Amino acid sequence: MSTQVPVETSDYAHPEKLVSTEWVQEHKDDPNVVVLESNEDTLLYSTGHIPGAVKIDWHTELNDPVTRDFIDPEGFAKMAASKGISRDTTVVFYGDKSNWWAAYALWVFTLYGHEDVRLMNGGRDKWIAEGREITRETPSVKEADYPVVQRDDQTERANKAQVLENIGKLPLIDVRSVAEYTGETTHMAGYPQEGTLRGGHVPTAESVPWATAANEDGTFKSREELTKLYTDDAGLGTSDQVIAYCRIGERSAHTWFVLKHLLGYESVRNYDGSWTEWGNSVGVPIVVGAEPGQAPK
Amino acid sequence: MAVQTPPVLQEIIDDFQDMHEPDRLELLLEFSDNLPEPPERYAGHEEEMEQVVECQTPLFLALEYTDEQDPEVTIIVSAPPEAPTTRGFAGVLLEGLSGHNASTILSVPDDVPNQLGLTNALTPLRLRGMSALLGRIKRNITEHLNA
Repeated sequence: MSTQVPVETSDYAHPEKLVSTEWVQEHKDDPNVVVLESNEDTLLYSTGHIPGAVKIDWHTELNDPVTRDFIDPEGFAKMAASKGISRDTTVVFYGDKSNWWAAYALWVFTLYGHEDVRLMNGGRDKWIAEGREITRETPSVKEADYPVVQRDDQTERANKAQVLENIGKLPLIDVRSVAEYTGETTHMAGYPQEGTLRGGHVPTAESVPWATAANEDGTFKSREELTKLYTDDAGLGTSDQVIAYCRIGERSAHTWFVLKHLLGYESVRNYDGSWTEWGNSVGVPIVVGAEPGQAPK
Repeated sequence: MAVQTPPVLQEIIDDFQDMHEPDRLELLLEFSDNLPEPPERYAGHEEEMEQVVECQTPLFLALEYTDEQDPEVTIIVSAPPEAPTTRGFAGVLLEGLSGHNASTILSVPDDVPNQLGLTNALTPLRLRGMSALLGRIKRNITEHLNA
């Protein structure tokens, strides 16, 4: 069914996962397409969005505050249905800050095995910069049917124990800023301190700040540039398994998208517990400073 | 100093409290939409204003004082349109506090941001950003009075 919606070609490993603003302009009203806006600032959607786009709030709609985890299968089915999404819908995500939160929402949909997810290259800023129409009108959504499916926490997601046992065995990518990586600070510049006790990184993790994958206009760099960044400089090489992490798993969802869909790495897992969990955990090692460091003996 | 909320700010808090959560966000958006632009003389001089680094988006703050012993305080804020939540918070504090005397503003409870009933709808990070803005306003006033 989903093959009814055309894909765009590019030289990325999985070109069907990325669409341009032109593509969205042309296909946003197709019957099997739902466009979702996911922003860091959750009020931003209300100030104007792509006509017909539906808001998804990463904070209130994807998380379960009681379990400190993502919403459960029933919750996911209900949320998706309420946004007019069926199992075979082509869901196109876009958002602010080079699609950082859009990639995060797309990743959560992937955990639930939603097949046809795509990201709008350049996100919200590019759409607006091109002078395309935005509206404050909230579309009326026709409730869809979405099956209750189990979440797969093994394929695209890593937990603390898995990271711990893979230190020195699998390549780890730390996508936070350099100052967070070295341990100089425990939070992003301009963001409040969130109460992480230790600064530094997971032993052996290579530092590739997430934004290095994006151009000025928020679009992704070319496959050639990305290959140089990750495959060559960060030493991922032909490794068939990678784990990425950041502070709470949002920035590393962006890197997960790059490694998995644009570069075609076979198995990429996002450790969403990330530094907020690792930096505060009892009994897990860290490395301070600019060097990746050694696996503990 | 006794902790007290000036009536204008209290009314805004009550307005928020009287609503259901989604409507509270709509109201916050209204404050964002209506945040006054900084006066002409600040245009292009954002670097001379104080940056509230705790906010997730660039937000600049300036305070102006009259000459009295307990001066009237004018609050000026500059925040970009891509940051409506930040603008909304700034709008609440501006409408609720700007034009009041220094002593009145200093007596505002520090947990005002938590009284708007947005603790579920917004991340703790954002609410801390608003607390930080109030903290900066108070600190700026204290420094002015001690100067």
